[in-house]
Amino acid sequence: MAKKKKKTPSINGTSSADIAFMLLLFFLLTSSMDTDKGLPRRLPPPVPKDQKDKEDVDIKKRNLMVVLINTANEVLCNNEVIDIRQLKDKVKEFVENPYNDEHRPEKIEVDVPYFGNMLVTKNHVISLQNDRGTEYQAYIGVQNELAAAYNELRNDVSKKKFGKAFAELEKEQQDAVIQIYPQKISEAEPRNYGGVK
Amino acid sequence: MGKFNKSGGREMPELNTSSLPDLVFAFLFFIMMVTSMREVTLKVIFKAPQATELQKLEKKSLITFVYIGQPVPELRAQMGSETRVQLNDQIAEISEIQDYIAQEKSSMKEEDQPFMTVSIKADSETKMGIVTDVKQALREAYALKLSYSAKQRIN
Repeated sequence: MAKKKKKTPSINGTSSADIAFMLLLFFLLTSSMDTDKGLPRRLPPPVPKDQKDKEDVDIKKRNLMVVLINTANEVLCNNEVIDIRQLKDKVKEFVENPYNDEHRPEKIEVDVPYFGNMLVTKNHVISLQNDRGTEYQAYIGVQNELAAAYNELRNDVSKKKFGKAFAELEKEQQDAVIQIYPQKISEAEPRNYGGVK
Repeated sequence: MGKFNKSGGREMPELNTSSLPDLVFAFLFFIMMVTSMREVTLKVIFKAPQATELQKLEKKSLITFVYIGQPVPELRAQMGSETRVQLNDQIAEISEIQDYIAQEKSSMKEEDQPFMTVSIKADSETKMGIVTDVKQALREAYALKLSYSAKQRIN
């Protein structure tokens, strides 16, 4: 056989890299890279069935701030209609209580690591109530303002003490800051305020 | 010295690119593993509300999604335009949430179960009534870590 040495012609493989790149790009674009973002919250554990009429925990009036969102998406803060942009400052003032106002939450001395004895409005509660007809966007808006108020307070104290933003602190430092400004948002058991469902 | 004469016609040796596709494929597989392919077909329309104080959700495997919104136009004939809840791939009733959460929980590793997070993806125009019902159901199911999914607001 004279033609023993004939080879099959090799396929030009230089473009297969391009094809693979195109596949790669396709997957990169179609797969949702966007990380889910949201407002994290914790729900209270369910009320046990057998103690339906649990007595309400007695909260002193000065420690309580009621934020109500009604069906018309208006924000009522302690029975006053306010603009949502005012809410953050109201909450900050309420939680911080800078002048030790007697209508604002009482301050209790707490021993906080890194800080020593601090006066903390430990017992304050922000009660967030909403109607069944409230729009979700309004509710998220209020939740957002509350989170913003706490974040700003925590950032301020972190900057003052450690010279860094709250998010950049070590875990223990963060815990200490959280002890100074504990996030206490209570969501009431659902009730039907407006009448119309 | 014959060895070093320049008459040999020096050319740039060609780079062997035959393994390049393999490299790219390896990269491709890496991307495919890392990105979550957990794409469910949405049967409800939702437009996320906007907020500024957002936090990223960390581990995708720990997150269960609950979608709330109006059914997509194709399903309007069957479902009507009432706001509905979607769990996984089908539209469900609120009473089914508890079972769904329990099922999702049991499919997780035991040490991960306390960190299970439920991400509520609700339409911004949803009424709070249905969201409250979902929240109550989640409380009953002991899925207490929540995240209200939202988009970053651009000022």
